[in-house]
Amino acid sequence: MATAASHCLLRLYEERHELEDYQSGVPRWCTGCGDNAILAAVQRLCRDEQLRPEKTVFISGIGCSSRFPHYMKTYGFHGIHGRALPVAEGVRMARKDLHVFVNTGDGDCCSIGAAHWVHAIRYNMNMTVFLHDNQIYGLTKMQASPTSPRGLRSNTTPRGSFLEAMQPLTVTLGVQNVSFVAQAVDWIPELLYDIVSAAYRHRGFSFIRIVQRCPEWLPSLFEPWLHDPERVRLLHHEDGIQVSPALARVYRNQEHHNPVDIDRAREIASCIDPIPVGILYRNPQVPCYEDLRATDHLRTTEFIKNGLEAEFDKFTVWPSA
Amino acid sequence: MSQSETVTPTAIAGARRPRANKTVTEIPQHVVEIISDSGEGAQRCGQSLGAVAARMGNGVWTVEIIPAEIRPPARSVAGASGNRIRLGARKVTNGGDETDLAVAFNEQVLLGRVRAGELKPGATILLESKWRDETDPRITSAYAETFEQLEAAGYRVIEIAMERECKKVVPDARKGKNMFALGMLCSIYSLDVELAEEQIGLTFRKKSREIIDSNIALLHAGYTWAEAHLDFKYQIPAAPAKEAQIVVNGNTALALGVLASGMEICAMYPITPATSASHYLADVFEKVGGVVHQAEDEIAACAFAIGASYAGKCTVTITSGPGYSLKQEAIGLAVMAEIPLVVVNVQRGGPSTGQPTKVEQGDLLTTMFGSHGDAPKVVLAASTVEDCFYSVITARKIAETFNMVVVVLTDASLATAQTPFPRPVFNEAWVAPPVDQSPVPPGTRPYDWDPDTGIARRVIPGQPGGMHTITGLAHDRDSHVAYDPDINEEGLRARSLKLAALQKTLKQPTVFGDESGELLLVGWGSTRGAIEEAVERMRAEGRKVSSLHLRFLQPLPPGINDIMNRFGKVMTIETNWSDRPEDQIIDEHNRRYSALAMLLRARYLVDVDCWTQVRGAPIKPGTICQVIRERMDG
Ligand SMILES: Cc1ncc(C[n+]2csc(CCOP(=O)(O)OP(=O)(O)O)c2C)c(N)n1
Ligand code: SF4
Ligand SMILES: [Mg+2]
Repeated sequence: MATAASHCLLRLYEERHELEDYQSGVPRWCTGCGDNAILAAVQRLCRDEQLRPEKTVFISGIGCSSRFPHYMKTYGFHGIHGRALPVAEGVRMARKDLHVFVNTGDGDCCSIGAAHWVHAIRYNMNMTVFLHDNQIYGLTKMQASPTSPRGLRSNTTPRGSFLEAMQPLTVTLGVQNVSFVAQAVDWIPELLYDIVSAAYRHRGFSFIRIVQRCPEWLPSLFEPWLHDPERVRLLHHEDGIQVSPALARVYRNQEHHNPVDIDRAREIASCIDPIPVGILYRNPQVPCYEDLRATDHLRTTEFIKNGLEAEFDKFTVWPSA
Repeated sequence: MSQSETVTPTAIAGARRPRANKTVTEIPQHVVEIISDSGEGAQRCGQSLGAVAARMGNGVWTVEIIPAEIRPPARSVAGASGNRIRLGARKVTNGGDETDLAVAFNEQVLLGRVRAGELKPGATILLESKWRDETDPRITSAYAETFEQLEAAGYRVIEIAMERECKKVVPDARKGKNMFALGMLCSIYSLDVELAEEQIGLTFRKKSREIIDSNIALLHAGYTWAEAHLDFKYQIPAAPAKEAQIVVNGNTALALGVLASGMEICAMYPITPATSASHYLADVFEKVGGVVHQAEDEIAACAFAIGASYAGKCTVTITSGPGYSLKQEAIGLAVMAEIPLVVVNVQRGGPSTGQPTKVEQGDLLTTMFGSHGDAPKVVLAASTVEDCFYSVITARKIAETFNMVVVVLTDASLATAQTPFPRPVFNEAWVAPPVDQSPVPPGTRPYDWDPDTGIARRVIPGQPGGMHTITGLAHDRDSHVAYDPDINEEGLRARSLKLAALQKTLKQPTVFGDESGELLLVGWGSTRGAIEEAVERMRAEGRKVSSLHLRFLQPLPPGINDIMNRFGKVMTIETNWSDRPEDQIIDEHNRRYSALAMLLRARYLVDVDCWTQVRGAPIKPGTICQVIRERMDG
């Protein structure tokens, strides 16, 4: 008995995962790129939740941000532009035992993948989705994205972009079955971690828009927000994010917001200045598509055979005796 | 049998007592069609006729006649809805030539069929005559005019007051005319009325006993009427099957193949003519623990399927041309990352929205070469309804053995054609193995390409020690993004070699007819039955013609060159466009050949000609006979 117990302990000890167990390679993002902060928060989450690396999958599209899976020592799927969400849905449908994460850029999610985004909210499959919103196309070298502020000069809008920016939060909160919406900024790592962790714990489609800096193409876009903590509004609640005293001293613009309140969440979502940070909405009651579609059958060969034979029976012309 | 009030005892008695004074003509085969406005049940009549004949042991090939519009106006020339059934003494492999006998509920839908050249000269037409007595003069004159035209054109038109006859049995005759027609056809083709009764019971099994009884009454009324009033009766010799047969159309066969392959997920987006496969699958898949996911579009459907396949459960996505085009980019990803995937393309007329309900073999090249870059994938084409079933099983197996995308091509003709084939005997090897979750031995690389075959063992999420990130970017054996020229070529080589490795396992296809001769016809897909029947007929005339039908199009099986070399001329028969040599501007330098002809010419440096027809209908054996005569004599 004693040996068995110590063996177990040994295994537990062995299976304890450290940060390095989730780290792979050296990220090739520019210095100061907000994606680095997101990676750090997510690796910490994996460690703190002790996610088994082999049971964890990061799925992305194409873009700077979509390189994310390469830097995780888990399973990863770096797919094609805009299609991370349907790939993730397929993974989830096939394998409920896997932890599914999605990394997608503002072009990836809100432009080429917009249809999938809307429907992914509706499906509400259990996954954590990070929208790395740098308000620009980073990888393809600075073209306007749907979330670029109006008037932004980019390579495709040299005299300023023409349209108002799309608000990912209001879009998400407008779709039936929305179950978790939060916003974070890459430059407050403490809150970023808390929000990522709350998103992970929510069972359903957890959507976090992360305002992510791209110093390469838009070095000064977020300067005003960085330098003025008043322009960030922290959303806190007993059932949401709790702000530490240290942070509360810096960020004094705060709102006590209950994440069950969808009407207030929608109002908050449409506010771009100050930037709201925290959990806007959470509803754990929304059913997950993979649960709605689950069958309880153990798919043994015998089971498949019986089902098939029953179907054959329907169409069979038996020889007359 | 409990009888409803509407059943007249005489109808029952009459049905059981066929008239003895009629001569019965024995015929080897006949093509019959039943057409009506949509909603009048002609399809149900046709299907029941096919089922009864099949149960008696006749060869049967049933094809739906579908109007292009969902609800075309009543009595419109383009509105024919119904079924075309070819009955034969032997196994029937195709829809045959023009129709010998038609039952039409109005003259306008019939006119549409006549104009389309679907009726044989001198064909017999059983025509509902109630239109003569309509109050609307436009209807009466249209009817009279058409009737005269048809008579003048040499058709044998028999006017029958079907509705009036039905009213003698049931109050609402419009709905029940189809069963009256079935009764007439049972008499005409000497089919067993009791079997027809049983069939009605099956068809209406979800309906009330009253409905079943009144339909049976109508059946008998039709039978009795035909026995008493028609001066002809046929008998197509039947050889009752010794084994169990299943009677389904190609799309149902496909769906059954999905069940049998052990695949668990089908991701799709509705598109004609593929939808009925998904409809059926949606109905039954859950019984074997499967899921049909209707995605938001075909791109999502394909990506979803790839995600599920990647996670260890090889998945199928079913579509048709326009949807296939949308899937192309994602298919390229599956090729690059070597994720097994089964894609079914039920081809329809193209390009663009084309002819959604009509047959065309226009997608061969796009499935082979589609997706940008070098994206080798397996392409196989089902050539019979039975093949639709087995192709899916084969496709799943190849996809998982070689970590490849396998495209199964069928088409609108196979999709809707219904014919019996031997009931498959379940084989455990059909079913996908359980997802491998064993620890990965240290040192295993995610793309350990075999130097000879290019095949690498697949590592699936959940396997301890196998963590890696797959990517659609060029990558090395560790799945690390790599732009190194050698590594790039190494990946290209491996993905390409897998096709060669598969090719080595394929058998030389068998020639239909003699192994050598003057003319070899080559085909693929749904044209098989018609081509082989034409070859058979021409060989009976003493012509040295044979045919070769290809199931694997990519890779092509071995030995094709040797076969072609043994014939004086080689010509493909296909349902896709090829420039007509007789067109002024067309010559050897600019002629666009049909898909398969182009492939064979390119691969084997053989002068392969082609003959193609893209008329939205299956090519008829008689038409192919004509082509053979012209080529051999001309
Ligand atoms: C079908 C397709 N179209 C276009 C591209 C080119 N492309 C790659 S990434 C990208 C936009 C990236 O922007 P975003 O999604 O915001 O990601 P970021 O690089 O900013 O993280 C584009 C247009 C592509 N890879 N595939
Ligand atoms: S270009 Fe912008 S988004 Fe891309 S890595 Fe550099 S800083 Fe980050
Ligand atoms: Mg971006």
